[in-house]
Amino acid sequence: MFYREAGQFKTTYEADQAMLPIAQDRVGLLLILLIAFAAIPLLASDFFISSIMIPFLVFALAAVGLNILMGYAGQLSLGTGAFMGVGAYACYKLATLFPDLNILIVVFLSGFFAAGIGVIFGLPSLRIKGLYLAITTLAAQFFLEWCFIRIGWLYNYNDSGAIEVPQRMLFGLAITGPHATPITRYLVILTIVAIMTLVAANVLRGRIGRSWMMIRDMDIAAELMGIRPLFSKLSAFAFSSYYCGVAGALMVFFWLGSAEVESFDINHSFLIMFMVIIGGMGSLAGCFMGAAFIWVLPVILRAIPSAFELNILAATMEHISSIIIGALIIFFLIVEPHGLARLWRVGKEKLRTWPFPYAT
Amino acid sequence: MSTPANAHGDSPATTEPGVVAAAGDNEAQRREQLLSVENVTLTFGGVKAISDISFNILKGEIRAIIGPNGAGKTSMLNVINGFYHPQKGRISYKGKTRKRMKPYQAASSGIARTFQNVALFSGMSTLDNIMSGRSLKMKRGLIWQMLHVGPARREEIAHREHVEHIIDFLEIAHIRKQPVGKLPYGLQKRVELGRAMAMEPELLLLDEPMAGMNLEEKEDMSRFILDLNSEFGTTIALIEHDMGVVMDLADRVVVLDYGQKIADGTPAEVQSNQNVIDAYLGVAH
Ligand SMILES: Nc1ncnc2c1ncn2[C@@H]1O[C@H](COP(=O)(O)OP(=O)(O)OP(=O)(O)O)[C@@H](O)[C@H]1O
Ligand SMILES: [Mg+2]
Repeated sequence: MFYREAGQFKTTYEADQAMLPIAQDRVGLLLILLIAFAAIPLLASDFFISSIMIPFLVFALAAVGLNILMGYAGQLSLGTGAFMGVGAYACYKLATLFPDLNILIVVFLSGFFAAGIGVIFGLPSLRIKGLYLAITTLAAQFFLEWCFIRIGWLYNYNDSGAIEVPQRMLFGLAITGPHATPITRYLVILTIVAIMTLVAANVLRGRIGRSWMMIRDMDIAAELMGIRPLFSKLSAFAFSSYYCGVAGALMVFFWLGSAEVESFDINHSFLIMFMVIIGGMGSLAGCFMGAAFIWVLPVILRAIPSAFELNILAATMEHISSIIIGALIIFFLIVEPHGLARLWRVGKEKLRTWPFPYAT
Repeated sequence: MSTPANAHGDSPATTEPGVVAAAGDNEAQRREQLLSVENVTLTFGGVKAISDISFNILKGEIRAIIGPNGAGKTSMLNVINGFYHPQKGRISYKGKTRKRMKPYQAASSGIARTFQNVALFSGMSTLDNIMSGRSLKMKRGLIWQMLHVGPARREEIAHREHVEHIIDFLEIAHIRKQPVGKLPYGLQKRVELGRAMAMEPELLLLDEPMAGMNLEEKEDMSRFILDLNSEFGTTIALIEHDMGVVMDLADRVVVLDYGQKIADGTPAEVQSNQNVIDAYLGVAH
């Protein structure tokens, strides 16, 4: 009843093309931003911020990256973890080679390295599709993991083989390294993720985003409408990998603090792919829902016993939470194979037409 | 086969000269040639889909391509817009002769088409499908697209306006925001026409735009095609099985059978041609 566009007349195409044409949605988004930027930093505990919110944002950004490729451009990739790794190692190298360069610039630059590598491993997509393409990206994953281990130059020949995040300042405040507080790191990450999501939304609703979807839905027709498959597919790989690369850089510099090759392994590729599938292919909101579902829910489930002083072993709880999450994934995929975002949209549609479901 | 006369428009003699139906070869030759196909041969392995076919399409006309199933009609369109590359022959478009061309080059030189089996972008809305036809006309680069302000936004809105005219023209405003995948077949064909129209083509290739439609839908579609031709001056090449429709719409007809051209002329001429009658009645070859 309260979610309704009745009375909201759009008098220009501009208003109709707005990202969120319904006023209630705009209010909702504003509320979420308010909570994210004000309420959480003021009220939440350090644990909540550094173990839930920061990883959630990192994964959501990586999911946005993969969703651009998989959900919008229709190209399967199992190399997300490795592309994140490229961003992370590039960020580390740049930060140590140019210690005076602003760390935010370094983060954004490192995405370009991931984009370049993404384009190279996207080349086979011009010839092969679907699962076969997935196999070549799998090859990329393993090859890049091998590089992260074997090329000592990438981690400055540290004995541990890990990259250690140096301390960097912004406005006189430590934003990376051991002395950066969770709240600062959280705010930096949140700002970057919010801006990059907005940019992705802009690109996706314009000519370039449409060209990706055209190739996804009917490549022959797209070509006959003037889309060059080469350019379109590779630009999707570049754009997507850029996002994954920045997510990887953020992951190491603002969350983990140090990382080895394990942080970029195939499990992470799958983790992010699950987020995209559960959240909804071809939906940006879905990326956040998927990341919340796959990352936040288990953390909360694991925290339940201590919160209620139940006497359950941590290991047992780990198993229980895996079972619950697994069951929920199956449940949601049966109810709505197109993901949480679609479920949300269908729910809103019902609300919009309630109590006359046949009104449209 | 219905009306033998050309019922295109009410009286051809009074409409403006450029759109008048070509009455005979003499008049046809006086008009400017938009596309000509010369001795084109296309084979798939051992199958000769098209053998040594020549014909032309004049500026502003509606040219029908007819023939029994498997005659090579769709293959001919695929050759024209660069999707298939013929082994022999030449194609001249707007005075330029070419042998090979990529589909997107055909698109940028002003050739659009619809498909025999609807080939819409099924995950996108009607509006986005038609907007996608504007892809080549939109020029703003990545940076502007990322910001979606100023020029990029103005461009998007200008094209949206153009697309809305097409939506009005085709009377599909009520399905503007619906995903096309779930639309009934007749409407999908209409959206596909809209998407091709959005490219503002000089030559529009329609592959059986009315297949599987009921009478009313066919009448609507015929009206759109005629209006498109007379209002926007779009040259149209049309494949159609319904002879009544062909007789009503086409200025000239080329008939294919087993990959060969068996007749070429006005609908009336073609209809009385013995080869054509044999081909359609299935006389033994
Ligand atoms: N890609 C292809 N590979 C192999 N053979 C093909 C291909 N495309 C068409 N053909 C063959 O070429 C011949 C002509 O086919 P085409 O689709 O052009 O016929 P059509 O006149 O459009 O028929 P219809 O009325 O059934 O649409 C057929 O024998 C067909 O099997
Ligand atoms: Mg055909």
